Amino acid sequence: MTSHNHQPLHGLPGTVPVTDTELRALHDRLAERADAAGLLDVAYRTIDTPVGTLLLAATPDGLVRVAYASEDHDAVLAALAARISPRILAAPRRLDATARELDEYFAGTRHTFDLPLDLRLTAGFRRAVLRQLPGIGYGRTASYAAIAAAAGSPRAVRAVGTACATNPLPIVVPCHRVIRSDGSPGRYLGGPAAKHLLLNLEAA
Amino acid sequence: MSAKQPFEAVIAAHGPVVLRVCRALLGPADADDAWSETFLAALRAYPELPGDANVEAWLVTIAHRKAIDATRAAARRAVPVADVPEHPSAGGPGQRDLDLHSSLATLSRKQREAIAYHYLAGLPYAEVAAIIGGSAEAARRSASDGIARLRRIHPGPGRNGGPS
Repeated sequence: MTSHNHQPLHGLPGTVPVTDTELRALHDRLAERADAAGLLDVAYRTIDTPVGTLLLAATPDGLVRVAYASEDHDAVLAALAARISPRILAAPRRLDATARELDEYFAGTRHTFDLPLDLRLTAGFRRAVLRQLPGIGYGRTASYAAIAAAAGSPRAVRAVGTACATNPLPIVVPCHRVIRSDGSPGRYLGGPAAKHLLLNLEAA
Repeated sequence: MSAKQPFEAVIAAHGPVVLRVCRALLGPADADDAWSETFLAALRAYPELPGDANVEAWLVTIAHRKAIDATRAAARRAVPVADVPEHPSAGGPGQRDLDLHSSLATLSRKQREAIAYHYLAGLPYAEVAAIIGGSAEAARRSASDGIARLRRIHPGPGRNGGPS
C-alpha cells in the first residue's frame, strides 16, 4: 500500500546517504589541490609511537609542530589556526618524510633528523636555546646550566627550562637530552615517562 | 573575538551537507567537482571570513555559484551530435525506478535550489532568498511547488519494483 504522507524529502537524490569513503576521497583530492594552489598553510597528520600518538604539523617551510597527546591535539590545532593560519588540513603527504624518520628513530636506526624545520613558533632567547639542542649528540645529555651558557646567558638556567617546556618540536629538537646538573632527568613536556623512554632508547 | 577553527573542522562539519546540495543541483560527476571547487574557493577566502559568519550559509552560497558555473560549462560542452540517443519510452513500468536525479532535473532551477538550500542545508527561507534572489515568500513557494511536483512524479519513491 502506498502511503500518501511521505516526508517531503523522501526520494530526493540529496537524501541518498553520503558515505565516509566518498567524503574521504573528496577530502584527499581537495588537500592535494590546495597544496598545489599554495593554499595549504598547515598540513598535519598523527603517528603512533612508543611515546603515544604524536601530532605532526608542517608549513611549506618545514616541520612546525610536534605535539604529544597530553597537549590535546585539538587544542594544538586551534592554536596553530590562531598563530599561523586557519588554512589547516589533514594532509599526510607533506609529513611523509617526518613520519619515516621518526619511525626510524624509534626503531633505533636513526640518530639525527634530516628535516627542514620551521621555527616560527618560537623566538628570542627560547629560539636561541632550541638552536643549541641539536648540538647535544644522540645518547648524550647536557645540563640546563650548560645550555644556558652555550646560548650566551649563563645565569638564565630557568629560562632554559622554560624554552624546553615550550619546545614546539620535541623529539626532533631534542630537549629531552637536557637534564639537571645532579643527573636527574628533570621535567619534560611529554611527561617524565616519555623522557625516561627516550633517554633509555638512546642509551641502548 | 571568536577564534577561527582549523579548516579541517569546517570540512568535517559541513562537507556532507554541501555534497548533498551539489548532488541535488548537478549530476554526480559534476557534483563532486562542484564540491571540490566550493571548498577550494572557501579555503582561499577562509582567513578573511568574519569570525561570527554563518559558515554553512557561506558555503552554500559558494556552492550555489559553483553549480551555476558547472551548469554553464556543461551547456558549452553540449555540442549537438548526430547520433542522438533514443528516448526511453515514457510512462512505462521501468519509469518508476527512474534515476531520481532526473526527476529533480525536471524542476525549475529555482525550485531545485530552494529545495536544496532549505531542506538539505536547513537554511531558513530568508537565507535561501538571499542566495537565489527574490523574497523569502517566493523561495518558500518555489520549494513547495517543487516538492509538490516531485510527489506527482514519484508517488512512491524509493521503491525498487521487482520484475512485473
